[in-house]
Amino acid sequence: MNRFLLSLLVMAGLAGCETLGLNDKTASIEDRTAPPPVASTASAQSGATVTPQGAATGRPGVETAGLGGTSVDRQIVEAKSLDGKTSAGPDPRKDPASPLSKRSIYFDFDSFTVKDEYRSIIEAHASYMMQNPQSRVILQGNADSRGSREYNLALGQKRSDVVRRVMTLLGVQDERLEAISFGEEKPRALGDTEADYAENRRTDIVYSDE
Amino acid sequence: MSRAALEIEVTGGAANRIPLALIPFQSPVGRPDPELTEIIGQDLQRSGEFRLIDTQGSQQPHDPAQIDYRVWNEKGAEAIVIGQVFRISASQYEIRFRLMDAVRKTQLAGLSMNVGADQWRAAAHKIADTVYEKLIGVQGIFNTRIAYVNKRGRQFELKVADADGQNPQTIVRSFEPLISPAFSPEGGRIAYVSFEDKKPVVYVQSLRDGSRRAVAAFKGSNSAPAWSPDGSRLAVTLTKDQGSQLYVINLNGGGVARLTSGGAIDTEPAWSPDGQWIYFTSDRGGSPQIYRMPADGGDVKRVTFDGDYNVSPATSPDGKQLAYIQREGGRFRVILQDLATSQTRVLTDSAHDESPTFAPNGKLILYATLHGGRGVLGTVTVDGRTRTRLTESGSDAREPVWGP
Repeated sequence: MNRFLLSLLVMAGLAGCETLGLNDKTASIEDRTAPPPVASTASAQSGATVTPQGAATGRPGVETAGLGGTSVDRQIVEAKSLDGKTSAGPDPRKDPASPLSKRSIYFDFDSFTVKDEYRSIIEAHASYMMQNPQSRVILQGNADSRGSREYNLALGQKRSDVVRRVMTLLGVQDERLEAISFGEEKPRALGDTEADYAENRRTDIVYSDE
Repeated sequence: MSRAALEIEVTGGAANRIPLALIPFQSPVGRPDPELTEIIGQDLQRSGEFRLIDTQGSQQPHDPAQIDYRVWNEKGAEAIVIGQVFRISASQYEIRFRLMDAVRKTQLAGLSMNVGADQWRAAAHKIADTVYEKLIGVQGIFNTRIAYVNKRGRQFELKVADADGQNPQTIVRSFEPLISPAFSPEGGRIAYVSFEDKKPVVYVQSLRDGSRRAVAAFKGSNSAPAWSPDGSRLAVTLTKDQGSQLYVINLNGGGVARLTSGGAIDTEPAWSPDGQWIYFTSDRGGSPQIYRMPADGGDVKRVTFDGDYNVSPATSPDGKQLAYIQREGGRFRVILQDLATSQTRVLTDSAHDESPTFAPNGKLILYATLHGGRGVLGTVTVDGRTRTRLTESGSDAREPVWGP
């Protein structure tokens, strides 16, 4: 009796998944989750790229440069699109020289405040969002792998919520931001050294159109 | 198909274990594997209540009249299990089993079952339940089911298996994480958290037909589903308003009622069996601790005080005990706390334990731990003396929950 139900349930369960296109869907979206290699490298060595905007953003303590940098950036984008090289022009968010290419905000152990060195990155994204009213952002919080999965989900949420709060304070409408958490479920670093844990204590800024 | 292996590790004294002679049943050639008493023996050993007497080289009775009680009394047996299996058609068997009192020389229980080959293990669990109930006086749990998440390569599989880890059946498969499965009280549905939509969303899925519904997919994260004891509502953690807070919702996703507020984390709700209280994890005091409040919110009281990391509460079926995970000296272990006296006991000796969940009779706790770098499921008796590990080759198991 039990067996019979179980076999039914499995068949139905798997069929349900296919109907929902669960596998297809996740497979196609998967790539978007991991930030482009460029972004993660850039964020790991913030300040290393030297450009007018990048230098200002990357260095700790220079908080307003990112905002200025973005508007300059947008002018460049428009100028380039006139060149006719591409129809839409390069996306400043993908430009390694732009602070907008930096997508990861890292946190200290057991800490949920944005460190000064990451403030300019958030400011750059807030500025971009205000100049691009249709843009929407998902803030993905993460936690290291020690302890309860649900509690770590809540810790990751604290890290995405604080970035959301900073962005709304900078003027972005809250409806255009969604702070979520992956907890310890989608680690970027898979090891269990202190450096791996540190890599996983972060919030990623992901645009919904990317 | 890989077969789950059960490793049984008995620690501590065996003073109270009932010495039991489990004599291999007389069975026809070509019967399903393994022999029934092997399955029965693993069940009974896992309970920590029995000491199995070596039956090799002694008489092998199959019928009460054949039992030489002097032999078994000398071996210290207090009870004897005997049985026979007859083939009644190509895949149909009749199983006759008797439980005998070795001291009084009387029959304590007897059972005759006609089963198909596919019900072989279920029949063995039924016999183990009968022996357990007769000798211990408590409901057996060997025919119940568990659910857990297995990671296979890049895939996550939500599985339902027999309580001993056998017959695992995948009910959800995804390339995105799955966590926090929870059986409905009647066992017909499972709530869980899936990340397939690029964020945590709570689903409820029917085990009958596999149909499912997203019951909590609000803005932000949706997680930690816990069924109310009457099966009508779920307590969940939502972040739609501010931070991770507790809510109750109806199974259709409506009737959202907020239970907690404030800037702290409130998560991992667990109902008391009478539905009056909700236990949960909160960092409102600076470190994660377990608290309790009335099920409709209100006055919050702290429940755990030792150490700076107590998480993942599970209430015992009688509501008198709480199991949870405590971090101490960098080790995460299963703790059992008496709710009346607040006395605690460390039940495990590992370092990476997670997600404790009580057996329906409250005598065993199932949890996840690491062994050889892989996630495995373990059971421990509530006296902490008997631990087992369920290991399946190539699996990476986590997030167990014990169902009815």
